[in-house]
Amino acid sequence: MAEITYRQALHDTLREELLRDENVFLIGEEIGIFEGSYKITAGLLKEFGSKRVVDTPICENGFVGMATGAAMLGLRPVVEIMTINFIVLAMDEIVNHAAKIHYMFGGQCPVPMVIRTPGGGGQQLSATHSQSLEVWFAHVPGLKVVAPSNPADAKGLLRAAIRDNNPVIFLENLALYNTKGEVPAGEYVEPIGKAKVAKEGTDLTVVSYSRMAAIALDVARRLEQEKKLNVEVVDLCSLRPLDHTTIINSVKKTNRAIIFEEDWRSFGVGAEVAATLQEEAFDYLDAPIKRVASLEVPLPYSKPLEIAALTGAKQLIEAIDQLTPRRRR
Amino acid sequence: MDTRKKRQQTERTAVSNHDQNQKPIPPGEDQNTLLQYYYQMLLIRHFEEKAGEMYTKAKIGGYCHLNLGEEATVVGFCTGLDAQDYVYTNYREHGYAIGRGISANAVMAELFGKETGCSHGRGGSMHLFDLERRFMGGYAIVGGQLPLATGAAFAVTYRGSQEVVACQMGDGTTNTGAFHESLNLAKIYRLPIIYFVVNNQYGMGLRVEQGSAVSELYRKACAYDMRSERVDGNDVLAVRDAVRNAAQIARTQHEPSLIEAISYRFRGHSVVDPDRYRDPAEVQEGRGNDPIAAFAARLMAAGLLNEDKAREIDEQARKDVDAAVQFADESNNPSVDGLFDFIYASDDAGGKEQ
Repeated sequence: MAEITYRQALHDTLREELLRDENVFLIGEEIGIFEGSYKITAGLLKEFGSKRVVDTPICENGFVGMATGAAMLGLRPVVEIMTINFIVLAMDEIVNHAAKIHYMFGGQCPVPMVIRTPGGGGQQLSATHSQSLEVWFAHVPGLKVVAPSNPADAKGLLRAAIRDNNPVIFLENLALYNTKGEVPAGEYVEPIGKAKVAKEGTDLTVVSYSRMAAIALDVARRLEQEKKLNVEVVDLCSLRPLDHTTIINSVKKTNRAIIFEEDWRSFGVGAEVAATLQEEAFDYLDAPIKRVASLEVPLPYSKPLEIAALTGAKQLIEAIDQLTPRRRR
Repeated sequence: MDTRKKRQQTERTAVSNHDQNQKPIPPGEDQNTLLQYYYQMLLIRHFEEKAGEMYTKAKIGGYCHLNLGEEATVVGFCTGLDAQDYVYTNYREHGYAIGRGISANAVMAELFGKETGCSHGRGGSMHLFDLERRFMGGYAIVGGQLPLATGAAFAVTYRGSQEVVACQMGDGTTNTGAFHESLNLAKIYRLPIIYFVVNNQYGMGLRVEQGSAVSELYRKACAYDMRSERVDGNDVLAVRDAVRNAAQIARTQHEPSLIEAISYRFRGHSVVDPDRYRDPAEVQEGRGNDPIAAFAARLMAAGLLNEDKAREIDEQARKDVDAAVQFADESNNPSVDGLFDFIYASDDAGGKEQ
C-alpha cells in the first residue's frame, strides 16, 4: 500500500493498462502534447507515442463516436472528456449509439470503451463548467456508470472499466484529483455494480458517491470521534448497475437514510435511491428518507452565491441532526 | 436546380434512345458478373416493393424506408468493395444489406421482427447488422454512423491491416455536425474510408438546394482537402468503379474520399409518406430514368442479355423474394424470456479482433 493522490492513481492505472493490452489506447482533447487539462495523462504520450495517446481536435461527438467505432472492431478506447459539461456535445454517440449497438444488433457487437470525465462544482467555473450530469447516463440501459470517491476505488474501478466489454462512464471530480489515500499495489480490480460500506454505523445511513461520499466519510468519522453519533456510510461506487442489496441491508440495520449528492435534487440519484428504499425496505424505515443535494440553480460565479448553491458537509450535518433518533439527541 | 433538370433531361434522352445511344459496356467486363449485378438490382427492386406491400399488411411495423429507384447506386456501392471491407449505412439500407451478402430471408425476417432476422428482431428495418459480412449496421439518427465508421477506419489503421471502411449516407447528412467532424478527423488521421453520399435530391421533403448552401455536395469535401467526385447513381458500373477507385486509394495511400452519387427516390421518404411535396411531373421523369431498365437496355445493346434471359432473372428474383416472405412469416418471434438479453455484453464477449 502506498499513499498517492486520486490523480496519480488514475495516471498509474492508465499506464499499467496501456502496458498490459495493446488494444487499449487513450483519446481526447489535449491529453498528449498538453499532457491533459488536469494532467492525468502527463508523460504518457512520451512513453507510448501518438498511436496509443491520441490528441483530437475539438469535436466531442466526432471523437466519442470514433472511439465507439474503434471499440466495435475490438479496440479498447479510453476517452477523456475534458469536463462532463462538454459531454453534452457527444450525447448522440453515447446514448443513441454506444449504449444501443450491442442490444439493437442482437448481441453481435460489444462496445468495450471507457469515457472518463470530471464533474462537480466549487471552483468558481460558473454555470456551464460546474455541472453534475451523471444521472443522464445512469438512466440509460446499455451504459454502466461508476463514480469512485477515493484513490483506491479510482484505481480498482478504472481497471475494471477498461476490462469491461461495455461502454462505461467513469465519473471523476475536479476537487478529488488532489485528495490522497492508500492504494493497493499491482493488479487491483474492483467489481462494477458493487457498493461499499465505507464506514460501519448503527444510528443512520448516509448513501453517497464520488466527492460527496468522501465528505460524508469525513463527517461520519468526526461525529464518531465526538461521540455524538455512529453513522454508517454507503459509498455507491457504481450508479448503474445500482447495488440495491448493500443499500437495503444498511437501512435494515440503521432504519434511517440520507442520500447525499452534489447533483440537483429533482430526478437525481437521491430520488432513485429513496424510491428503491421505500419499495424494498419500507417496513424498516423509522423516519422519512432525506435528500441532501445542491440547490436548483445554474451554478453562479460569485463565490458567496456558489457556496450558497452547492451542498456540502454543513448541509449534511444539519440533515443528520434532523434525522437523529430522539434517544440520541 | 437548373443543373439537375438539365442532367435529368440528358439522361432521359440517353435512356429513351435505346440501342443506338446506350453507354457501351466497357471492354473486359465479365458477362456473368454483369448479369449478377442485374439480378441483384432486381432482387432489391422486388424486395422493396414487397416490403412496402407487407407494411400495408401490418407484417412490418415502425418506420420503413425503401431503396426503390436507388438500385444501381446500392449495387454499384456494394460491388466496388471487397469482402473484408466494413460497411456502415443509414436507415435506408435493406438493399445494402442484401448487396453485402445478407440473405433476403434474414433481412425480411428482421423487418418482420423475427428471431431469425439478421439482428434477431431487436433492430428492425433501420438497424440491420451482420458481423460476419462486415455489415456494421444501419443507423437511424442522421449522421450517427459517420463518427462510428471513422472510428472503424481508425481501428484498421491502428492494427495496420488492409481493410477499407465505406460509409453510406443521404444528402441531408452533409448538413450535420457529425459529417463535418468526421471528414476532418478522417483527413487529419489519414484514414482508409469512403464517405458515400446518396443524393436522391430530397432530405425527407426538403430539396437539397433548400437545405445545403452548396448543392454540389461533393464539393463540401474541399473544406477538408479531401478528394471527392460526383457520379451518376443510375449507372451501376460508374458507381462501382468510383467506389473501387476510392477503395484502392484508401488501401494504398491511406487517403479518405467522398463520393456523391446522384440518384432519385421513386417513392416517398418512407412507406407511409404520400409524397405530396414533389411535383408529379418531376416524379414521373425520375421514375422514367429507371436504373434497372437502363442497365437491361445496355446489356441487350451489347448482346449480353436477351428478353428470355431477362425474364428468367426477373422470375428468379421474384421467387427469392417470395421465399423470403415465407421464411419471415414462418419464423418465430423472439421469446419474451430473452427481452433482457444483449443489454450488456458478457465478460467473455468481444475484446477479440473483429
